[in-house]
Amino acid sequence: MELLLDSLFNGVAIGSVLLVAALGLAIVFGLMGVINLAHGELMMLGAYTTYVTQLIFKLPILKPFYNSYIIVSIFLAFIVSGVVGILLEKTVIRKLYGSPLETLLATWGVSLILQQFVRSVPLAYGTGLVISLLIGLFLPTTFPSKIKESINFKYFKFSSWIFAALTGVLTGSVISSSVSKLSRASARNVDVTAPSWMRGQVEIIGTAFPKTRLMIIVITIISVIAITLFLNQSAWGMRIRAVTQNRQMSDCLGISTEKVDIITFGIGSGLAGVAGVAVSLLGSVGPNVGGNYIVGCFMVVVLGGVGNLLGTVLASFGIGIMTDLIGAGRLLSIWPDMPLPLSNTINFFATTSMARVMIFALIVIFLQFKPTGLFPQKGRMVEN
Amino acid sequence: MSFIKIKFDKKIVLSFWIILIALIIAAPTLLPVFRLNLLGRYLSLSIVALGVDLIWGYTGLLSLGQGIFFALGGYCAAMYLQITSSSEFPNNIPEFFALYGVEKLPFFWEPFKSPIFTFCAIWIIPALVAGLIGFLVFRNRIKGVYFSILTQASLLVFFNFFNGQQKLINGTNGLKTDVTQLFGQMVGSESMQRMFFWITAFLVIAAWFFAKWVVKGRFGNILIGIRDDEPRVRFTGYNPVIFKTIIFSIAGGLAGISGALYTVQSGIVSPQFMTVPFSIEMVIWVAVGGRGTLLGAILGAVFINYAKSLVSEALPASWMFIQGGLFILVVTALPEGVLGWIQGDGPRNLLQRFGLKRKIETYPSLEINNKEGNNE
Repeated sequence: MELLLDSLFNGVAIGSVLLVAALGLAIVFGLMGVINLAHGELMMLGAYTTYVTQLIFKLPILKPFYNSYIIVSIFLAFIVSGVVGILLEKTVIRKLYGSPLETLLATWGVSLILQQFVRSVPLAYGTGLVISLLIGLFLPTTFPSKIKESINFKYFKFSSWIFAALTGVLTGSVISSSVSKLSRASARNVDVTAPSWMRGQVEIIGTAFPKTRLMIIVITIISVIAITLFLNQSAWGMRIRAVTQNRQMSDCLGISTEKVDIITFGIGSGLAGVAGVAVSLLGSVGPNVGGNYIVGCFMVVVLGGVGNLLGTVLASFGIGIMTDLIGAGRLLSIWPDMPLPLSNTINFFATTSMARVMIFALIVIFLQFKPTGLFPQKGRMVEN
Repeated sequence: MSFIKIKFDKKIVLSFWIILIALIIAAPTLLPVFRLNLLGRYLSLSIVALGVDLIWGYTGLLSLGQGIFFALGGYCAAMYLQITSSSEFPNNIPEFFALYGVEKLPFFWEPFKSPIFTFCAIWIIPALVAGLIGFLVFRNRIKGVYFSILTQASLLVFFNFFNGQQKLINGTNGLKTDVTQLFGQMVGSESMQRMFFWITAFLVIAAWFFAKWVVKGRFGNILIGIRDDEPRVRFTGYNPVIFKTIIFSIAGGLAGISGALYTVQSGIVSPQFMTVPFSIEMVIWVAVGGRGTLLGAILGAVFINYAKSLVSEALPASWMFIQGGLFILVVTALPEGVLGWIQGDGPRNLLQRFGLKRKIETYPSLEINNKEGNNE
């Protein structure tokens, strides 16, 4: 019983990291049909945001609130990755709708640039850059409609960008002068230390669970619920679903598909940032941290069926539990006296990397029988 | 996409070939050994690029897993070299086996004692693996981005597998070839490397003609048909699965040859050949050179890699920025690649923009003069 619970918990823990990472991808890929290979790097930005937030909260002014920095960083990571995602959508992806293979290559290029960016730009100025992007992109939308419709709107836009740039440089230099760790560029991995209330373990029914893992599960549950509510209950969620189902018809009915694209992509990228916070709790954060997750995320989305959140949830927990079962050789401890060849096989796959081999092989075999995943979209199209 | 053949005079073509062959023969004396070795490696990479061009440029299958076949070819070649030069080690097996307490050559390496088997295995094994993977995927009509993701996943499967198997293939450390012997000479020696350069250059030309032969005629037409409208090809009575499997395994075989040549020239084969970035880079060589143009794939592979080594020597940090920018630029601004742009309407449009050339009055497809070419 205890063994089963342990295994289940481990599986759910692995699965929830996968799920929170794949959730944003499921939205971007499932709803928009965009392959975003920079998704891993958006996660990496979220993880670095956690690191920066942590250091800033160590400053004397914010010291009393240090314990809550992880909560703040979840929101900040959502915003940072979301803003970078929106910029990405506005500059690159918008030109490539309808040609997913090209998007794939272009976003791979973006991911290379982002990786090198965190290596060679000091994090303080990186923060400043993100802040100026945030102001530059969003300040013009808050102007009263009188200004928006006036013929001089472009000058207002331009001046808000100048304001944004100045603010960015200012924040960057303030941060770099006050936090010395952020003032130099470094390619080395950094570590996020969990606040004291998240360290240690909790005991439930005789089994000890690490608190960080529980925190990740909580983050995942909240993200899934929030995104489900958003898609199903809010007006924008409805518009997003409408555009997913029939872009041209939604356009004719007066839905601004351009805005829908930006919002969908922004939310998908923001969720990658939240996943980054979760990932930063698990190990050290480096420029390559996203690359470890990206293929797993895609497998989750493909296995779950495109455009279906329930499928994504089931697929990621399925993969998580299977990884634990195979990787830790659990079957052997459940059935200790199995025939020798079988137990040899199980031992052969009982390492983390070989478990991955097995899982991917199983997924490929599964797709032989259900090529469109667990919950395929129904339709009678020749091409989908 | 436009496919325009600029017809050259026979004399020009002939003199081009003479110059090319003269350059290949003279290259070892013109270039320092280090550069020659680099050029040889990049030429061998252009063979895998040809394969990528066949499956992506002509058939529309974007494979992100060509590294599997590349590395398989490399492992076949490296293991043969290790086995043949292992006579002074205990048990007559390669040195690394002793580290992990293996005393007998694993059974699947036995055939690699024979040179003939190895020379065939270098291309047949990757082609078979590619054919199997391809058949399983294509049979279910998995295509487009799903195909790309699945090939990437299989790449990771192979990477993890090769990384973990110390006892069979020396795991992460890979197999070294530069201190092994072939025909009584060190593989890493200068004369041997010169030999490999010539072999590579010859094989690149051979592979180019082979690829040209493949895409010519009805077979090539079906490939292009699959790329442009697969359901229609199926409705016309062809079975796309067979054609896709064949072309995918041809590309796999080319990747194997390329990997073997690359291995003997770089001196090592390791699971690093199967990392995700390397396989995506292969695609970008073709994208920059011009997909659907075979020459573009070769030129793209050679020039980008040369640029990479030059830039990395001068400014190590900036290559990632340049490479990333190149990806975005090529995809958004030059979707047909440099050669495709030159062969298409690119230069004419550029000249028109500066008012140097008169605009074409009619549709390009109606242009009778075949030097201007026609657009689909």
